Amino acid sequence: MTDKDKNRALGFETRAIHAGSHPEPVTGARNTPIFQTTSYVFEDVDHAADLFNLQTFGFLYSRITNPTVAVLEERIANLEGGRAAVCAASGHAAQFLAFFTLLEPGDEFVASRNLYGGSVTQFGHSFKRLGWNCHFVDPLEPENFRRALTPKCKAIFLEGLANPGGIVVDMEPVAEIAHEAGIPLIVDNTMASPYLCRPIEWGADLVIHSTTKFLSGHGTSMGGAVVESGRFDWAQNDKFPSLTQPDPAYHGLTFHETFGDFGFTMKARSVALRDFGPALSPMNAFLTITGIETLPLRMERHVANAEKITRFLEGHPAVAWVSYAGLESSPYRQLARKYLAKGAGSVFTFGLKGGFEAGVKVVESVNLFSHLANVGDTRSLIIHPASTTHRQLDKDQQVASGAGPDVIRLSIGLESADDLIDDLDLALNHAAA
Amino acid sequence: MNDRHGKPLHYADDHLRAILGRVRTIAMVGASPKWIRPSNFVMKYLLGKGYRVIPVNPAAAGQEILGQRAYGHLNEVPGPLDMVDIFRASDAAGAIVDEVISLAPEKSISVVWMQLGVRDDAAARRAEAASLIAVMDRCPKIEYGRLFGELSWCGVNTGIISAKRPVMHP
Repeated sequence: MTDKDKNRALGFETRAIHAGSHPEPVTGARNTPIFQTTSYVFEDVDHAADLFNLQTFGFLYSRITNPTVAVLEERIANLEGGRAAVCAASGHAAQFLAFFTLLEPGDEFVASRNLYGGSVTQFGHSFKRLGWNCHFVDPLEPENFRRALTPKCKAIFLEGLANPGGIVVDMEPVAEIAHEAGIPLIVDNTMASPYLCRPIEWGADLVIHSTTKFLSGHGTSMGGAVVESGRFDWAQNDKFPSLTQPDPAYHGLTFHETFGDFGFTMKARSVALRDFGPALSPMNAFLTITGIETLPLRMERHVANAEKITRFLEGHPAVAWVSYAGLESSPYRQLARKYLAKGAGSVFTFGLKGGFEAGVKVVESVNLFSHLANVGDTRSLIIHPASTTHRQLDKDQQVASGAGPDVIRLSIGLESADDLIDDLDLALNHAAA
Repeated sequence: MNDRHGKPLHYADDHLRAILGRVRTIAMVGASPKWIRPSNFVMKYLLGKGYRVIPVNPAAAGQEILGQRAYGHLNEVPGPLDMVDIFRASDAAGAIVDEVISLAPEKSISVVWMQLGVRDDAAARRAEAASLIAVMDRCPKIEYGRLFGELSWCGVNTGIISAKRPVMHP
């Protein structure tokens, strides 16, 4: 009776295709149907009451749960090695659900300063208006997180493989620092995807995704997810009343006590998602589920292409530096070996000897690279962060987050690597001319 | 759920599926008459799945909980019973397990189940030595939902992977 559950031994590739997705029981439809419906007929008044009260499992309204979205939630939870997940309309919405479930007005958290620029703005400006205060720290020294902790801090947040700069954060000691303080470590795993890194294995308690990127993988669908490890004891102290005290928004239900190791997810769904409404559409969930089925194959090729292209760039006379943790020259190579054994992703930055003006020329001269604000597409993408994704930051913040004026960010897609190299070579030579 | 009381517990899916498929009558020790309490949630869910659930709670003896007559003590519950579900703190579980062991032959009890967060390894070993099946730190509602498909509806990683067409239980 204590045999190891045989399902746990299934491989990542198998789970990427099957987790959460069973044949539809009524019709036998093999692929996950797009349940394009707002609402679900109750069996009777008592069933409706049970659903509203969370006394039974089931579908009520697609702002809270939807059968297509639920397949995606279970699949992401499974691939991350977590207990449960809740999806949202975007990665930003997922971050909001996570922090709304953790923080009270006046609470604080510590975050790495090496984050996607939109997260720096969300944490530093918009969250402040809700009374949530973020302390940013340089993540390269784990003790910086400990030094910034205050008694009001309720979480530590970081990107393991940071956007945009090819930086890898040593998350294992940061998890220990968080746990010594009785608070969870939240890791944004968007840039690595669970194929390359599973933060829960290194001590993370919550994992955030913008599923818009590598998980959906084809540049079709916005989406986000929060994954709960199921291992954090929310009742170990009095820091998380939203989970451990009776909730007036739910007739006095206590989420941690009632739902145990998926209490956080139930609370994020039943209160934050219900009351603020950033639900993921069933169509986007369907496209993301389909994307995840090929995640292992795509990530292998993304990494192989990125490794070829970064080696090419490193040898190019017009290039000043390349920041990619997969390169032997990277100061993050050892950390990448630890956390990203299958590869350091395909998003990285490089600088041009010609500085800002050369950078602008390259962005405007490439033909196969698309100039746009996204990463993790089948297509290769190029952007100048200082003028786009990181433009809301001041110059010091831009430099601190690896998005200085001379920096170009690439997201390497799945085209023929030689074609991408030729395209970059022409543009670099043009810019240097 | 967690391993703060000892090494992590593993119960095979087929084992739990067999228990929940075989058991029909459950005595729930610690069932609350308050509708917002977890025990009341679990009792209501299990009743809805066709189990007979008999509440045991001295404070509610003689009253009805969810339409079922409540008994003050386990030994007053008329048999036969298949399973006793212990909805009490871990430090109260051992004595209840011992009572289950002594009542098991008379009431044909075959399973003693301790709720999510309830764990007493020594008591479980005593139950197993008395040929009872013991389950600790699990919720029969959550496990029923996990094994028969409903828990997937709210984003929980059930660990159940199969390309067979599922049969939905009532």
